[in-house]
Amino acid sequence: MNILDLLVPSSVALHYTAADSKDVITHLGKRLFDAGYVRDTFVDAALDRESRLPTGLPLSGDVNAAIPHTEVEHVMKPGLAMATLSAPVTFQNMISPEEAVPCQLVFVMALDQPKAQIEMLQEIAGILQDPAVISDLMSASDFEAVRAVLLKGRA
Amino acid sequence: MTAMRKTILVACGTAVATSTVVAKSIEEILRDRGIDVVTRQCKASEVANMTSGVDLIVTTTPLQGNLGVPVIQTLAFLTGMGKEAVIEQIIQALKV
Repeated sequence: MNILDLLVPSSVALHYTAADSKDVITHLGKRLFDAGYVRDTFVDAALDRESRLPTGLPLSGDVNAAIPHTEVEHVMKPGLAMATLSAPVTFQNMISPEEAVPCQLVFVMALDQPKAQIEMLQEIAGILQDPAVISDLMSASDFEAVRAVLLKGRA
Repeated sequence: MTAMRKTILVACGTAVATSTVVAKSIEEILRDRGIDVVTRQCKASEVANMTSGVDLIVTTTPLQGNLGVPVIQTLAFLTGMGKEAVIEQIIQALKV
């Protein structure tokens, strides 16, 4: 299983203009709900978790990322939503929650069992560690372009 | 000797995703260096009850209180930044 197997095309928002982190979590969560991946409790649970246990990750390049997710009971089947943002929004740093991180790349993970989908998670970590892939993702304007970047990134 | 095998407890917010990546990454990197470790995963809120038999705690999220076990707090296995330094820190802490 890899990232493209789990990335839900209808849950990919490119150059999305978000008011704040709640906006982007809500937007992606609703798309996952509409596509049948998560329960109607998912968005509220993800927002609640993000407020208690934030997921902002400062990266080595210009773009920082956030990986909002929540407990498995809000998920029906595993899937991944992604947004690139037209301008950064503030998430709090996972490791030091008092610190603000301006994030422009957001992956919302819907995982239906703990410790599963390891390959997908490792691929996300691989992307986060590769500024060139992030840069290509940020300039992608349609799903085909995203797909091409992720296929290339794996080679 | 399996008796010498060290155990690392990996903690994150929900023990669903983040600690999975970190645990796998630590296992693979240390194995490549000939160090055999076992990892366990838990939520940050569960750490205090999970420290029995644990040699080191690696966490991606802040932990409360004195746990009686060395703690390394790092995002390096997610973001790649400072990974080498953290691996050295882990090896030091395990005294292997």
